[in-house]
Amino acid sequence: MTSDNDRRRGLLARLRERPAARSRGRRRLGAAVRLIAALMLAGGAYTVFAPGAQAQDNPQLTGAAAEGKALFDVSCVTCHGRNAQGVEGRGPSLIGVGAASVEFQVSSGRMPMARQEAQAHRKPPVFTDEQTRQLAQYIQELGGGPVVPEGDDLREDGNIAAGGELFRINCSQCHAFGGGGGALSSGKFAPSLHPATDRQIYAAMLSGPQNMPVFGDNQLRPEQKADIIAYIQETLKHDQDPGGFNLGRYGPSTEGLAIFLVGIVALVFASLWIAGKS
Amino acid sequence: MKRRKFDLAATPGKAAVGVDDRFAVATPLRKLLNKVFPDHWSFLLGEIALFSFVVLLLTGVFLTFFFEPAMTEVVYDGSYAPLQGTPMSAAYASSLDISFDVRGGLVMRQMHHWAALLFMAAIVVHMLRVFFTGAFRKPRETNWIIGSLLFWVGFLAGFTGYSLPDDGLSGTGLRIASAIMLSIPVIGSWVTSSIFGGEFPGTIIISRFFIAHVLLIPGLLVALISVHLGLVFKQKHTQWPGPGRTNNNVVGERMFPRYALKQGGFFMVVFGVIALMGGLFQINPIWLFGPYEAWVVSAASQPDWYVMFLDGSTRLMPAWEINIPIGDGYVIPPLFWPTVVLPGILVGLSTMYPFLEARQLKDRKSHNLLERPRDAPARTAVGAMAVAFYVVLTLSGANDVIADKFQISLNAMTWAGRIGLLVAPPLAYYVTYRLCLGLQQHDREVLAHGVETGIIRRLPDGRFVEVHQPLSAANGHADGHGQLDYVGWVVPKKMNRLGALGPAIRGFFYPIEKPVEAPVSPGHPPVEPRPEREEVGSGESRH
Repeated sequence: MTSDNDRRRGLLARLRERPAARSRGRRRLGAAVRLIAALMLAGGAYTVFAPGAQAQDNPQLTGAAAEGKALFDVSCVTCHGRNAQGVEGRGPSLIGVGAASVEFQVSSGRMPMARQEAQAHRKPPVFTDEQTRQLAQYIQELGGGPVVPEGDDLREDGNIAAGGELFRINCSQCHAFGGGGGALSSGKFAPSLHPATDRQIYAAMLSGPQNMPVFGDNQLRPEQKADIIAYIQETLKHDQDPGGFNLGRYGPSTEGLAIFLVGIVALVFASLWIAGKS
Repeated sequence: MKRRKFDLAATPGKAAVGVDDRFAVATPLRKLLNKVFPDHWSFLLGEIALFSFVVLLLTGVFLTFFFEPAMTEVVYDGSYAPLQGTPMSAAYASSLDISFDVRGGLVMRQMHHWAALLFMAAIVVHMLRVFFTGAFRKPRETNWIIGSLLFWVGFLAGFTGYSLPDDGLSGTGLRIASAIMLSIPVIGSWVTSSIFGGEFPGTIIISRFFIAHVLLIPGLLVALISVHLGLVFKQKHTQWPGPGRTNNNVVGERMFPRYALKQGGFFMVVFGVIALMGGLFQINPIWLFGPYEAWVVSAASQPDWYVMFLDGSTRLMPAWEINIPIGDGYVIPPLFWPTVVLPGILVGLSTMYPFLEARQLKDRKSHNLLERPRDAPARTAVGAMAVAFYVVLTLSGANDVIADKFQISLNAMTWAGRIGLLVAPPLAYYVTYRLCLGLQQHDREVLAHGVETGIIRRLPDGRFVEVHQPLSAANGHADGHGQLDYVGWVVPKKMNRLGALGPAIRGFFYPIEKPVEAPVSPGHPPVEPRPEREEVGSGESRH
């Protein structure tokens, strides 16, 4: 489409120049050709990069994902919308959240949610492990995203001491030193870590559910995640509380309650008893 | 050889004579041992504080044998596996050693901490007793001031003490303390850098807190406690009004043997309760908190309960920052008001209260008899107001734990605290005042009309009235009995208090006397007890 002569001159100069020699008919033909070419380019680019209308209707799903889609269309579609695109004001889009997020939310019973509130609570799960895997597979095939590694024991070779240090730096701000959880603003909260499994903790770190930040593999390497899980599961959960009854590990607030309810009450009774002996 | 006769029974007497010959102590000692103390359970509350202080000294001395008050960095290699290989201060490492590697160390540490909480709790409870009974009035104002100071010195002792292990939680508290000092206008930065030896946290603060905690503050506490007790001896203990008790005498038990024995026994009870709590309830699990690092913090970081009201006042304070455009600009941070000004006002008000009340009532007399709380409604109501204020602040200090565990929004807790701080004290004042007046009125009513008998009589016109047992004999009044004066002590309000229904079964834990057996009439067989019946259940028995 460029003119044959003056190849040595720059493109802008050539564009600026109006070749007077061209006939009107040729100019019109050239414009039409350029328009068609541009339209084809745009259309081609669109078909390459955007998911086609046909792809939406008939996604090439594996067997498990198809099962997952069936479950999704019954239980999740109300809030997350068709094809997990989300519903304005009801539920977010799940495109790109990955299997890790589905696994965390569904296996801990948080999803399906009981009602719209500040934050979903842990409940007995509605779906079996198999169904959870199918749902996760469906969401994964739909939009990709982080995936939890295979296996139930994700703390193999975890270094507890290193995990403790990482826990205190990254997790204790919200989940507290004892892993019992803590309050966040406006009714939100960091839940207790005690009921969580290895896979759930890993999935939470990968996907950052609710108010939790994402700890991707470049913030915490997989080995470091294993260290943290080892610390939570082996130290925080299985600590024998060498000092006795741990008062819920709520810190000085329950200790203060205990000194009044146990110490002062016992000693006031003792003083009633002693003063009464006369 | 003739054996010398040894008379065992005469030995103590002989020894005493020997001692008196040399030191001439019989006369002063007789006076001391015969000193009379009035007996009432509420007079033993201060002793709880005294005895827990003794336990604090004993356990604290044990802890100093193993504690290393230094911030030099060491790598932990003790027996607590989850911290092995972690770099930490020597103070924290030695606290871990006390907890895990010193025999009996953990129970001693826990007893020390529980005793500290009990010390402060008993001080507060004792202070409430003294306040609500008016025991602080002239001539005992000085002792009230010393008592209030004991609370604040105990507060410092507690704070320096729980900061010593240099764990993650106490380091957070220390950071807050440094921020509070920094917030003081003009001198803040100088105060902070001179206490911490430069920027927070520095390398010296643990050693400084150590010497304050084991020498300076306990020395001050011992001095204050000695003067406190000396004044109780000198000014004599207050007593409740009652038969034979006047403003000028003391009715009670002699120091020796009864009172001393009771006190000795009570010390053992206090020691036992502290030991039980130290052994049964885990307190301050420093191994979970990890070593203090400036970048480590935990949710639900609270101070011990007696400091929590300051944490609460900080949480409730709106973010009102005052900018003063002098020079480069000067800022008074909002932290200054709830943590420096508020405690300052509280110290002033609490120590000066006896003088404020005397001034208000124009009361310049000496009072050795206590007042029942109901008889001084204004004072009782002011006390209830102070308690309400303190409780709202203390609960707000734990508001994140309450919000989390009771599933309340943290923001709602903060606003409830702000509104509660303004509304609860006046409400407490009003309710308490009315309760006192109501109780007073009932006392007067019983004195005028007698005790309710529970016997309902129907009058000829159909009305029902309850029969009252008058407390005094008739002396020509219109309703047939005389009127008694209120003497400031308990008015009997039940018939068995008057001996009408036979004595209640005596004994604290179990009856110490058998109830009289019912007489058996010769003509009738003795009454058989009802055969035991089985409860109708689901079939499964739990026996």
